[in-house]
Amino acid sequence: MNNLIGSDADSQRTLYPYVTGTSVVGIKYKDGILLAADMGGSYGSTLRYKTVERMKSVGKHSIIGASGEISDFQEIMRYLDELILYDNMWDDGNSFGPKEVHNYLTRVMYNRRNKFNPLWNSLVLGGVKNGQKYLGTVNMIGVHYEDNHVATGFGNHLSRPILRDEWHENLTFEEGVKLLEKCMRVLLYRDRSAVNKLQIAKITEEGVTISQPYSLKTFWNFAAFQNPTVGAEGSW
Amino acid sequence: MFRNQYDTDVTTWSPAGRLFQVEYAMEAVKQGSAAIGLRSKTHVVLACVNKASSELSSHQKKIFKVDDHIGVAIAGLTADGRVLSRYMRNECINYSYTYESPLPVGRLVVQLADKAQVCTQRSWKRPYGVGLLIGGLDESGAHLYYNCPSGNYFEYQAFAIGSRSQAAKTYLERKFETFVDSSRENLIKDALFALRETLQGEKLTSSNCTIAVLGIGEAFSTLDQETVQRLINEFEVVGEDPPAEASAAPDQSDGAEPGPAAAAAAAAADDDDQETPAADQGAAPMDI
Repeated sequence: MNNLIGSDADSQRTLYPYVTGTSVVGIKYKDGILLAADMGGSYGSTLRYKTVERMKSVGKHSIIGASGEISDFQEIMRYLDELILYDNMWDDGNSFGPKEVHNYLTRVMYNRRNKFNPLWNSLVLGGVKNGQKYLGTVNMIGVHYEDNHVATGFGNHLSRPILRDEWHENLTFEEGVKLLEKCMRVLLYRDRSAVNKLQIAKITEEGVTISQPYSLKTFWNFAAFQNPTVGAEGSW
Repeated sequence: MFRNQYDTDVTTWSPAGRLFQVEYAMEAVKQGSAAIGLRSKTHVVLACVNKASSELSSHQKKIFKVDDHIGVAIAGLTADGRVLSRYMRNECINYSYTYESPLPVGRLVVQLADKAQVCTQRSWKRPYGVGLLIGGLDESGAHLYYNCPSGNYFEYQAFAIGSRSQAAKTYLERKFETFVDSSRENLIKDALFALRETLQGEKLTSSNCTIAVLGIGEAFSTLDQETVQRLINEFEVVGEDPPAEASAAPDQSDGAEPGPAAAAAAAAADDDDQETPAADQGAAPMDI
């Protein structure tokens, strides 16, 4: 049967996500861009996968971090790898920078939502090219913007207030990592989808480095953590 | 009797390894009125001679803006030139929609050359009869390319195409080493002087030429007539008196032996009443 949207055969769309990753946080710092994301892959509310890499390099100048549907992120990476390969094959000294990749992704995301078949992700794009730092984000309906610090999902609510208070232009690498870890620790405490295994990715004029997975120190002995229902009459 | 057996089809080789139809198309470029281009590290200047096809008509436009960072000057069939300009404008606008950045000039030139090449390998098509001087600016600086109907393309420091372009080329060859560090004004000056070389028995005025400039911090634009006239006066680019060099520099460019191709060119040019009788000079009826 055909309807306004398309035939039934076309209706194999992502109606809701299956395996998802949670927040990505990104900041500019003195020499480039830092991104942080944990490695959890949730199957609904089940913490099903523990070693999902959600940050990847894109060509020489860019890095991408993804939250949302993991399989859609894998498809996006196929698009980007093709894009970068095509760019390299010109072999003419020109290359896509983070701005070009971000804009390309914005077009892809918006185009897919117009087909009522969105790629179910929020993406963070960072990079450095010709001394210019770039940090932006785009989501599943094509909303996009640039900023000095960005976050996806819960990070928007829990990390960005911290970043607004504490971020400044001249953060060193160490200060930047410390700030990101502060954000990730808050997310770990308050976001039930977050897991305590994360990576930090760095991009500078020299290139991309993505850290080995590691854990944050936590302290669960606060009274509110020990007995969370006190003062919340009627909850279990 | 001695009709060329190998020129009825674009895709037919002659035993000597030539494609006559393609060569004829290149001949059409030589018969268009002259267009020149030159560049420094930061700027590109395009210039062309405007000729009206009759006393009663105005001239056709030969310099087109493709985008803020790319412009093109053409010689040959203007109709083909406009089609290709529209193609290039489309490519630029699509690229900047997708990537929000300007299309690298070299890539556009390759795409254009590939498009021209296809026409040399399909029996039901004809090659484009137009040569394009493409000036542009990108990440790697200012560029000047020449695209020709055969699908070949070359990058130049300075170049001239069209009728009597050899005279302009001679001028440019003498001075091109100074162009790299040249200022915007000096580039325009050299463009005007080179352009003058292609005129025969005519004065260079703002009404028979067009100049366009493009550079770092300056989007592609053609100079208005008053500006051009002011520059002509300022640089004292005086025209030549008619008899002085009437027989100078017949356009025997780049060693192409006058074979059947030249004969065809002569045939194509013979109903051109404004020009000197010399067969390989002047504009073809379809161009101008």
